[in-house]
Amino acid sequence: MLLGTLMKLPSLLETLAAILPADGLKTTPEAMRPYECDGLSMYRALPKCVALPETEDELVAVLKACHAARVPVVTRGAGTGLSGGAMPDPEAVLLSTARLMRIIEIDADACLARVQPGVRNLAISEAAAAHGLYYAPDPSSQIACTIGGNVAENSGGVHCLKYGLTVHNVRAVRVALIDGSVVTLGCEGLDAPGYDLLALMTGSEGLLGVVTEVTVKLTPKPRLAQVALASFPTVEAAGAAVGRIIAAGIVPAGLEMMDRIATRAVEDFVHAGYDCEAAAILLCESDGTPEEVADEMARVEAVLREAGASDVRLSTSEAERLRYWSGRKNAFPATGRISPDYYCMDGTIPRKELPRVLKAIEAMSEKYGLRCANVFHAGDGNLHPLIMFDANRPGELERAEAFGAEILELCVEVGGTITGEHGVGIEKINQMCVQFSPKELTRMHEIKRAFDEHGLLNPGKAVPTLHRCAEHGRMRVSQGKPMPFAELERF
Amino acid sequence: MTAYLDRLETIQSTIKAAAARGRRCQIVGGGSKPWLAHASAAGSTEAEVLATKALSGVVEYEPTELVIVVRGGTPVGEIERVMREAGQMLAFEPPTADGRATIGGTLASAASGPRRAYAGAVRDFVLGIELIDGKGDRLRFGGKVMKNVAGFDLSRLVCGSAGTLGVITEVALKCLPLPKATETRVYELDAAAALRAMNRWYAEADPISATTWVDGRLYVRFAGAEPAVRAARERRGGELLADADRWWADWREQRHPFFALPEQLMRMSCRATVESLEGFNQAIEWGGALRWLHAATEEDRARVRYWTHRAKGYATRWHAPFVETLNELSPEVRALTARLKAQFDPYGVFPAVVSS
Ligand SMILES: Cc1cc2nc3c(=O)[nH]c(=O)nc-3n(C[C@H](O)[C@H](O)[C@H](O)COP(=O)(O)OP(=O)(O)OC[C@H]3O[C@@H](n4cnc5c(N)ncnc54)[C@H](O)[C@@H]3O)c2cc1C
Repeated sequence: MLLGTLMKLPSLLETLAAILPADGLKTTPEAMRPYECDGLSMYRALPKCVALPETEDELVAVLKACHAARVPVVTRGAGTGLSGGAMPDPEAVLLSTARLMRIIEIDADACLARVQPGVRNLAISEAAAAHGLYYAPDPSSQIACTIGGNVAENSGGVHCLKYGLTVHNVRAVRVALIDGSVVTLGCEGLDAPGYDLLALMTGSEGLLGVVTEVTVKLTPKPRLAQVALASFPTVEAAGAAVGRIIAAGIVPAGLEMMDRIATRAVEDFVHAGYDCEAAAILLCESDGTPEEVADEMARVEAVLREAGASDVRLSTSEAERLRYWSGRKNAFPATGRISPDYYCMDGTIPRKELPRVLKAIEAMSEKYGLRCANVFHAGDGNLHPLIMFDANRPGELERAEAFGAEILELCVEVGGTITGEHGVGIEKINQMCVQFSPKELTRMHEIKRAFDEHGLLNPGKAVPTLHRCAEHGRMRVSQGKPMPFAELERF
Repeated sequence: MTAYLDRLETIQSTIKAAAARGRRCQIVGGGSKPWLAHASAAGSTEAEVLATKALSGVVEYEPTELVIVVRGGTPVGEIERVMREAGQMLAFEPPTADGRATIGGTLASAASGPRRAYAGAVRDFVLGIELIDGKGDRLRFGGKVMKNVAGFDLSRLVCGSAGTLGVITEVALKCLPLPKATETRVYELDAAAALRAMNRWYAEADPISATTWVDGRLYVRFAGAEPAVRAARERRGGELLADADRWWADWREQRHPFFALPEQLMRMSCRATVESLEGFNQAIEWGGALRWLHAATEEDRARVRYWTHRAKGYATRWHAPFVETLNELSPEVRALTARLKAQFDPYGVFPAVVSS
């Protein structure tokens, strides 16, 4: 008994060493340092060890060993998550899918690709490009983030309104459960009998199983894309224009909004050509056959003008289209340039509440004495308020945190949600208590148990325990600390 | 409103009483998919009927939000009527069963129609639900916004649960605008050529909203902006189908003569490019991902199953009891299903998911 306890740690490490290739197990602090945090960089910890399997068999063997030893496992893709989902636990093995990066198959006629979980989002589109196809969900981290991480977070991008989130673009997953059994959920066709376990797995933040293979739907590349850039004298008018576009029966490929604080920050940074006098700008993209785009763009332009746009410009070339987008895509780093620190929130609200919520945010900005830039996926009502503060000034961090919490709670109050695409992780675990009743949270814990009886997969994330419904903070990007993936565009 | 809440409370108390006495409940919507109900009632002598019909009506609908919130017993046909007036649709085109099919039953049976391959399934349009589970608790999951990743996605999980997890009392759905133009073209082709056409045309970005191959003819419904549909017609030729709306309605509702003997049909879900199995009277839809085969004998059904399993698909007897369809799943997935079911329905109030 005593001997067994004493032997526990070394024997698990030995077992893992025997399972994994020579350099597939990291145990020293130096070797584990790169894994100490994800995109939410202020939460850091070193794991017990880092396991880097190269095959599904090795991955399954790692899970079996951890299960037998009752040692928890935190799965990690590329570590670009913004909610601390892949943050290590000192007691847990960090299981990286980075070496499972093979594109197994592309079936251009069936419009699907079968890939390993560590394949990068963009790599799928690159491999499919030869067939005139691409993988539609396009988080701005797409050159780095993995498809396994996308499935775990149900990630989105700027084209969600028309093309859907990850959940709409994944046909099937192979999942290794904590006991080492491997199941297939979904089907290469369009449905499988029984409960929709594929949907349950999508967005489950590494709590239910480890995704070992993903079959994604590929989308035919539209023959043309064009974007309209519109200026508005008030934020309310821009918000109302969004509703009018939808009311006109148009589902744009992308519909994004930025307020003046954001456009000014961006213009200084990338010179996208935005109107910095406008209170807000809208970007509205149309794609499809050239005939469809011409038809839709004419209608979009008419609606924007009717809705009170003071200026509407249509991109006249691919280069111009990309320049218009570059401002939006650089909104985060641009904000980083005008403020020492900022918090990025991710609440989603019914679109009609946009004016009210934006007004309230403005009032909060005054109340907390902190600036806030608004950049968001207007089409989906997914807000990314960027609260600016300086952590070196006493009290500002706390004020920024309180500001963020108030925004999220307002999102819930108006019928929305605390997270549209970045996930709960450890970051928004408190706000889960605002959004769900104890009974609902209990059901989530029960579901977790149905997959993972001993609570070994990513413990402490995504679903708060009832008695610990108040901890942790929110996303903070600090100038002082190295910001992971600083080179990437941010949404 | 209070009358509605009373109805919910009655359902809750009925479930709680059944749980206390070890009795069964049977959820019935419009009764349009009796095989599901029938199947689930098998093995339970006198199940208490929980009718959702009275839980009907649109709770909230703002077309500019692209969201409609309806009560679980609302007929699909009625939802579509309301949406059509606003120029919108349920893009997954579920069967309406002459007005009988309810939205709750549509989720429970994961029923999607001809547009499924091109727009998505019912689960793809579900944003949130309210459910009364086997403990009689009213729970809400998801929401009424387009993007929501807070907590496990239980609102989609119940799609395909066939009344075994609880009573769906409210559903929020994403709406889409009706296409501006629609036109169906017909092509005389054999199965292999039809499969190739379905797959290639879609991959080449034609604006397609439905495909069906039956009786040696391929029906392709083009939909979208008027000029896009015109361009597709010029590119693909074919013969114009007059009265196309009726044709697709018949197909969607399975009134087409092909579906005359539903008990003899096998439903095969597989990768769109899987070769068609020779020697069967069959129809192909959803761009090749859904096949219907007449298989009257056990031997025929075994052949279909064998072929489908080799292709990594699922073959189920159409109108088979829910538990029978679950037999297609691996033992591990069946075990997961049973464990999930036990969390929602610990007293076994609703129909079982393992055959006794
Ligand atoms: C600059 C930047 C821009 C971003 N833009 C967007 C955006 O536009 N839209 C958006 O939605 N997100 C965005 N994100 C967030 C992030 O990129 C996504 O959440 C992404 O899906 C995470 O993928 P990853 O491989 O990095 O996963 P990780 O961060 O490594 O992990 C994320 C979660 O998934 C789990 N996980 C990872 N792999 C697996 C697996 N194989 N099986 C089971 N669980 C697993 C982890 O345990 C963790 O809980 C952005 C992030 C950055 C840094």
